[in-house]
Amino acid sequence: MSGADERKITLKVFRANTARSKNTYFELCDVPVQRWTTVLDGLLYAKCFIDPSIGIRYSCRMASCGSCGMKINGIPRLACYTKMSELGGSEVICEPLPNFPIIRDLVTDFSQFFEHHKRVQPYILNQDNHQTDAESSDHRQSPEEVDRFLQFSYCIKCGLCYSACPTVATDLKFPGPQTLGQLYRYYADSRDGGGKDRLNMVDDRHGIWRCHFAGSCSKVCPKGVDPALGIQLLKSYMLGISKNRGK
Amino acid sequence: MSRNLILRESQIMKVHYITGVAALFVVAVHILMRLVVPYGSSLEYDHVIFNYHNIFYAVLLEVILVLVSIHGFNGLRVILLELRQSTRWENSVTAATIIAMIGLVIYGTRTIIIANGLGT
Repeated sequence: MSGADERKITLKVFRANTARSKNTYFELCDVPVQRWTTVLDGLLYAKCFIDPSIGIRYSCRMASCGSCGMKINGIPRLACYTKMSELGGSEVICEPLPNFPIIRDLVTDFSQFFEHHKRVQPYILNQDNHQTDAESSDHRQSPEEVDRFLQFSYCIKCGLCYSACPTVATDLKFPGPQTLGQLYRYYADSRDGGGKDRLNMVDDRHGIWRCHFAGSCSKVCPKGVDPALGIQLLKSYMLGISKNRGK
Repeated sequence: MSRNLILRESQIMKVHYITGVAALFVVAVHILMRLVVPYGSSLEYDHVIFNYHNIFYAVLLEVILVLVSIHGFNGLRVILLELRQSTRWENSVTAATIIAMIGLVIYGTRTIIIANGLGT
């Protein structure tokens, strides 16, 4: 990294190794920054040239895999999708995602998050999937039918919405916005035959009704998904205000 | 995931929303009735007893009592459920709020009946 417009920003990296000790601290790393330098670039620079023991999880570097979610300057974001120059200031604070158990440094445990996700059967449920001929084997959908769930299918399961949710912070049995958004994604899909059974999956004491509609899940989503909208739509189906066509 | 034995959570919340909206209307009527006479004198003892003897007003108070008790105690149940996540806690909170709600409605109804003079 070199150039005329290069400057330095201090990365304050959260450090913890829960297997060894409960002590946590921030490590200061000065990294060179250009206009296009992302927080992930900065962390990788620090890992290469300052301290190789910094724990980070990352993969695609293009906001597709959802691996590098972390709290950056107090807000859950993807490190690969956040430019340091856009954050302002001379210091960037990197912490692990809230609402997830810490494994080490910026790496968190997603087991519970995925357990919630699996519980709502995030796939098409359809008993009538008999492929008799080429004409009937297609589950054809109109553009309107696709529009009903399309934005929810952009979810990359990065966990940012889950970490921003105030209900998850107090109620670990609450499925969280990602799971509920995906439940809506399949419930609204005209190919899915889950129907009422899908709604019943989250209709309990710690289910969908514990959402306070803070809306922070939709605010932090890097893919423009609006889980808060999905949750309110699911509630309207449960209350009988809306009817899911064809189900 | 724990299930409710009698009502699904969506049915409970439907009752919660309906009682909340209905309470807004009846409390508004109650406040407007207070404003028919000067607010200070409307709270004088004789005036209050006179209101209780009006059967329409007594029914209105009973409706407010029932709606606000159901809405309020379910709201309290929802808050308390988030504090801990164990079936024992959830069942205890649910039972306690139902008992408290019924107790308050019985006590309030008794007060309305006595003040109305129906019991004499």
